[in-house]
Amino acid sequence: MTTSVLTPEEIIKKGKVVFKKTKLINDVPLSYCPGCGHGVAHRILMEVVEEMGIWEDTIGVAPVGCSVLAYDFMNIDMQQAAHGRAPAVATGIKRVYPEKYVFTYQGDGDLAAIGTAETIHACNRGENIVIIFINNGIYGMTGGQMAPTTLEGMRSSTSPYGRMVQTMGYPIKITEMVAMLPGVAYATRQAVHEAKYVRKAKNAIKKAFENQRDKKGTSIIEIVSNCNSGWKLSPVEANKWLDENMLDYFPLGDIKK
Amino acid sequence: MSKVRGAVVIDTEACKGCNLCVVACPTDVLKLHEHVNLKGYNPAYPANHDACTGCKICALVCPDMCFTVYQYKPEKSA
Repeated sequence: MTTSVLTPEEIIKKGKVVFKKTKLINDVPLSYCPGCGHGVAHRILMEVVEEMGIWEDTIGVAPVGCSVLAYDFMNIDMQQAAHGRAPAVATGIKRVYPEKYVFTYQGDGDLAAIGTAETIHACNRGENIVIIFINNGIYGMTGGQMAPTTLEGMRSSTSPYGRMVQTMGYPIKITEMVAMLPGVAYATRQAVHEAKYVRKAKNAIKKAFENQRDKKGTSIIEIVSNCNSGWKLSPVEANKWLDENMLDYFPLGDIKK
Repeated sequence: MSKVRGAVVIDTEACKGCNLCVVACPTDVLKLHEHVNLKGYNPAYPANHDACTGCKICALVCPDMCFTVYQYKPEKSA
């Protein structure tokens, strides 16, 4: 057992690096709340871009929402779109530069509420882009208002007694909706709150970029995420709540592949 | 007997003390520090570093990309 006497400093010296922050994430502090799933989603997205070696040819479209500053964090070419219009902007970029990889990164208030029309029609046209859809069931940036994806009975600042479906409708399953469109090549729902889900989500993003390379059509990846500030829970409690409640209504897995 | 050993280096100024890595670590290596960093958060630190296996689960769940993970695999003796 000579190895057990190694100090951490010796392991750092002798061992190999098994994990290091990707160079495609800038060294600036992320503006997200502690424990927010955006950070993990940013990281796996940029890791896929780095592993595929396509950072020169990748153009991202940032949304309006908490991730509006994604262009500050991702060290690639980015464009920021008006609220909900990221798929429309991505359509334009992709048609001008058909050889580039184009993705949008959107939240649920952006993609599933104000941007529903743009999303559905971009998917219906089968635009050859990747849509990353972060679903945390709430409008995070503006103070936790009810979003179309807010669960039945879930409290938010504009549904303080819980979402009542009689007056406010049901939570929208946008990924299932667009999966039925023939232009969509790949629709999947993933999560990033545990290591095993992070690995699966990264594989899904990789598959989506490969679809774009092979010109198969639109790929949409929904990532069920947390909003511990909006949900008024600690980061650990928020992930537990996500696991127990969100995943029942938003089951993980491939919807169309 | 060969035993895989690991070590983590944490960017304590980037850490926001969300506690996700502490909960996720399968060998209970990490803890939150009692003192705060310049942002006012209690950063994670490897309290029980000898138990680390370099599985990088902490790094996978960390939203602020604070971790660099090293792993040392001893040569198998005959």
